[in-house]
Amino acid sequence: MSDLESFRKDTVAWLEANCPSEMRQPMVDESDICWGGKNPTFKPGQKEWMDKMAAKGWTVPDWPKEYGGAGLSRAETKILLQEMGRLKIRSPLSSFGIWMLGPALLHFGTEEQKLHFLPPIARGEVRWCQGYSEPGSGSDLASLQTSAEDKGDHYLINGQKIWTSYADKADWIFCLTRTDKTSKHKGISFMLFDMTSKGVETKPIVLISGQSAFCETFFTDVEVPKSYGEGVSSVVGEVNRGWDVAKYLLGHERSMISGDGSSGATSLGSKFADQYGRDEMGRLDDPMLRAQMAEMDIDVLAFRAMAERFGDTFKANLCHPAQPNMMKYAGTEINKRRHELIMSAGGSEVLEWESDASNGGLTARGWLRTKANSIEGGTSEVMLNVVSKQILQLPNA
Amino acid sequence: MPLYLNDDQKMLQDSAADFMKGEGNVAHFREFRDKNCKDGFSHALWKQFAEMGFTGILVSEDEGGLGLGHVEAGVVLEEIGRNLTPSPFLTTAVAGVEALNAGGKALRDKHLPGILSGDSVLALAIDEGTKHRPDQINMAASREGNGFKLDGKKQFVVQGGSADTLIVVARTSGSAGEDKGLTVFAVDANASGLAKDSVRLVDSAMAAHVKFDGVLVDADAVIGEVDEGSTVLQRMLNAGRAGSAAETLGVGAGAMDITVEYIKGRKQFDTIIGSFQALQHRTAHLYSEMEIARATVLKAQQMLDDGSSKAEMMVSVAKAKAGKATALSVREGVQMHGGVGMTDEYDIGLYMKRDRALAEFMGDANYHTNLVAEMHGY
Repeated sequence: MSDLESFRKDTVAWLEANCPSEMRQPMVDESDICWGGKNPTFKPGQKEWMDKMAAKGWTVPDWPKEYGGAGLSRAETKILLQEMGRLKIRSPLSSFGIWMLGPALLHFGTEEQKLHFLPPIARGEVRWCQGYSEPGSGSDLASLQTSAEDKGDHYLINGQKIWTSYADKADWIFCLTRTDKTSKHKGISFMLFDMTSKGVETKPIVLISGQSAFCETFFTDVEVPKSYGEGVSSVVGEVNRGWDVAKYLLGHERSMISGDGSSGATSLGSKFADQYGRDEMGRLDDPMLRAQMAEMDIDVLAFRAMAERFGDTFKANLCHPAQPNMMKYAGTEINKRRHELIMSAGGSEVLEWESDASNGGLTARGWLRTKANSIEGGTSEVMLNVVSKQILQLPNA
Repeated sequence: MPLYLNDDQKMLQDSAADFMKGEGNVAHFREFRDKNCKDGFSHALWKQFAEMGFTGILVSEDEGGLGLGHVEAGVVLEEIGRNLTPSPFLTTAVAGVEALNAGGKALRDKHLPGILSGDSVLALAIDEGTKHRPDQINMAASREGNGFKLDGKKQFVVQGGSADTLIVVARTSGSAGEDKGLTVFAVDANASGLAKDSVRLVDSAMAAHVKFDGVLVDADAVIGEVDEGSTVLQRMLNAGRAGSAAETLGVGAGAMDITVEYIKGRKQFDTIIGSFQALQHRTAHLYSEMEIARATVLKAQQMLDDGSSKAEMMVSVAKAKAGKATALSVREGVQMHGGVGMTDEYDIGLYMKRDRALAEFMGDANYHTNLVAEMHGY
């Protein structure tokens, strides 16, 4: 048996022996996501599963062991994720610390910063949020104005962020601040600070889905220490060079939002044929819907192959640095279309907004949520601009 | 296995790219089109394909080939597509060889040497109607003495007029719609009772309507088992569909490249038209579709080479996705070229015509989309 085959065998055995049964049920809504943090709300099984996986380093399987990971190779990580998917095992921990800050620190952080910040992320002890967009700085993010004034041993932060995901529930923030007003791109710093600091206020924003995953975040004379200990600066990378970190992270964010073009079931058609009815040939009993679902199956399976290829080429340094923009564009557009189809298949039942039968309007709220996919983290139009200029090398107007 | 070409496959890609660009380029294609060649391709170039080893990609090393797989066949096909190289590679060295690989050694011993040397050409006689419907094959092969007698008609037999052997799928029992009862034959193209009517297609390739009027074949012309030809057919279709998806991808990539170059040079209103956002967004969308198609085609080829049970599904996904992406590429290509896109002088229109013919070969995007729904059980 090859090393990878025996890794697969051991992994399956461990997962089956250790995963609590609640963590093998399909997720119903956002409350089934385990975010960890200092003030966590755990559903049954969530904490046990998070702790067990963290102890193995499998909340962040491809991070080095000294930072709380398991140091798995790409092939091993793929196997772990494949087997978790096959066994219908939920992710033990979701976190902006894992998806966003971790990769930034691994790439730009000092050794002391990594040792200080990464292990608590891997163990789910600190929940992070991302402070990027501002009311006047959306697609043109680098025009951001939240200021960080140098006060000797600390920075004084003043300004406002918007679309801060779960800011009201986060413990710490990684935040883009302006440390030099004379330069647009070279006057931004990537700063880490405590959301319980004096002068931080958050206000949830009610969305068209009725949900409030995003906040407005206000900073009024917030004091951020320059250092949290020997070598542990509150700024990641150099002061005024935070745009480099932000750009790097946007790549990660874009590939993350792109997902694999589908959340959940492989084939909409096979799912809906049962509830919709079939003709005498066993075909979904609405030819137009059937055709659209089959086209969606093609696009989802195709994009899944794309996601695999993107991951493989990214790890091997073979993909164009602007490729995450293409991934983000394509993945989010597919996901939006997919949810349009789900609504269409659901008919009048999925219009119900509050009933128990509709699980509190879960389908409709989910459909509305996907509309943000092609706006957050860079709009589809911005993605297309980047692809046409950076990959296709088309000239500026 | 990562979803990108390994070093050996990249080397093959480089040599295939150099070869097609040098020997089988668009100028070569135009030359053969303009002299109204009855084959629609150059036999001399086909010999060069053999010298390069390309015709033996799917032939085992024991039998004198390279013993490689569908990924490698696809690498060559993509370059064929990109350069519009006229050749019988897809039908002979990919689908045809794969059919022979599904049968016994005697037939391979008979047919492989000619393929490996670039002397023979195989053509596939599958379709009976105007659309690809292999499940509806109904041409009769009745027992006659020691062998069979073939009666019926086939169409869209690409390069059928140039082939020395036809791979013919016919029915030895049962009726249309049934898997059981199909049998695949390797038939001498010059057999008595066999009439070929070659016609030129929109892309200047030649295809034949073939009429079988009591054509007698020996029992040893059967590839695989009598009545069990559907497994041979399926292998041939998998190889041909994945292969044509790869060639289609090359057509789309080639069309996209020349279009992007064109809009970088063309000026209107004293401005390079490629700087207009209206064109940039459409071109970037096209790039995205082509990238997805590329990943999908490679995934299908890898799954075929791995013998995955889900390969057939992915092959259909690849044929549909590559078909749609490339159709977009050639449509946008002609439109973005403007008036010159309508002229014979510019190459972009040739890509549009090639794509149209490849789309029909072994099932178009709609056909494969329907198959994917059926494979998913709805």
